[in-house]
Amino acid sequence: MSLNLSSLPTYTVGQVNEYIRDLMEDDLLLQSILVRGEISNYKRYPSGHHYFSLKDETGVLKCVMFRGEAAHLRFRPENGMRVVAFGHISVFPRDGAYQLYCADLLPDGRGPLDEAFERLRRRLEAEGLFDEDHKTPLPKYPRRIALVTSPVGKAVRDMIRVLGQRWPLAEVLVVPVRVQGEGAAEEIAAAIHEINNRADIDLIITGRGGGSMEELWAFNEEIVARAIYVSNLPVISAVGHEPDVTIADYAADLRASTPSNAAELAVPDRAEQGERLAELKYRLCRSIRGRLEDGRRELGRLKGSRVLRSMAAPIQERRLIADSLRRRLESALAGQMKDRRAALSKAAAGLDALSPLKVLGRGYAIARKGKTVVSSVGQAEKGDRLDVAVSDGVLSCEVREKEERSWR
Amino acid sequence: MAVKKQTFEQAMGRLEEIVSKLEQGDCDLDQSLKLFEEGAKLAAQCEKQLDEAEQKVSLLLENGDEVPFAAGED
Repeated sequence: MSLNLSSLPTYTVGQVNEYIRDLMEDDLLLQSILVRGEISNYKRYPSGHHYFSLKDETGVLKCVMFRGEAAHLRFRPENGMRVVAFGHISVFPRDGAYQLYCADLLPDGRGPLDEAFERLRRRLEAEGLFDEDHKTPLPKYPRRIALVTSPVGKAVRDMIRVLGQRWPLAEVLVVPVRVQGEGAAEEIAAAIHEINNRADIDLIITGRGGGSMEELWAFNEEIVARAIYVSNLPVISAVGHEPDVTIADYAADLRASTPSNAAELAVPDRAEQGERLAELKYRLCRSIRGRLEDGRRELGRLKGSRVLRSMAAPIQERRLIADSLRRRLESALAGQMKDRRAALSKAAAGLDALSPLKVLGRGYAIARKGKTVVSSVGQAEKGDRLDVAVSDGVLSCEVREKEERSWR
Repeated sequence: MAVKKQTFEQAMGRLEEIVSKLEQGDCDLDQSLKLFEEGAKLAAQCEKQLDEAEQKVSLLLENGDEVPFAAGED
């Protein structure tokens, strides 16, 4: 079987493309259409025309935006951006392909509030209101926290509950404001200013529970951002739920994802601080125990030392002093935890008397030949030079006579 | 040594300072015992603050007065 081609009319490529273009251009839908998709393969040509594709999970649509229209774009299109394009669809005869002739392009899913938000955010950012180095560090242990929020509702309850669980040492002052509707932003800003005039607050948390963008709007107002910026007291913002970000969040010294989260970030945890305290107590006791052991060794050494033995005081008296000191020290050690303070201060007073310097103060002296302590006549010869330490200095002496004696 | 009434932050800070001083071990015995005594008082004071603290919540009124505040249910 063969097809009789000669019975069919023949067309040129140009005729076909023109025919299809006419079909498309007669179609009302294709002549004025909004297309939603994601930008890919975006190119700006030196001619000023922009070429890109819109794609979704099913496929792509080629697009062109001519210089005249592209000049009116209010944002910079990037690959991956979700947009809505407006234009008409027609054929580009050179490639034999249809494409969207794009007259306007808008970011997808953005209402007028988003636009206002973005404009304000950019302006305040340029002005430096969100600068990291302007941010005030939070106090580690706030003593009094002001909550600038609605006095009713879940947000204030959550904050008070979490603050109370974690750190009841911090007092809480609820500064009631309206958090939505006409005048709310002004009230929030005024409250932040007012708290800065008080001397008793060291941290501010401002926020509210979740809501629509309209309901959260007070926290997107410039007046609130400026009040936070000029606040000398650190401000934590706690607006809505995790994904909600407001202008106040950018201006705040710390952004919390929710009111409860703000309370967690604001204060230390009582249990953790208790553990830290227990550790410090343990280290305190361990270190003093070590020091007392040292003291006891020192005592033992001094008792046995020839410096003391060679001194002229009745040995019995020194033994009494030493024994009493040792008893005090030992009782201090035995009762380390029980009644430790009294025992230790007694021991401290006793040990003071034992100090070699005190001994010198009572009229004893230490003789040295060079670096060696001279405790026996056998250590020095007639004519030797000795240094004799007394309470306030050293006497240089010469040995004129030697005589052995027993002091016992 | 008299320990003045300090904030939790000051007391903990001083306590840490004392512990690290004692641990370095370059104080004489007399000084060490005094530090220990001060540290023990600070630790007791901090412990008391942690154990006995009760959250105080007030509401600021328009006239500047403060009244006890209890966040009720909606």
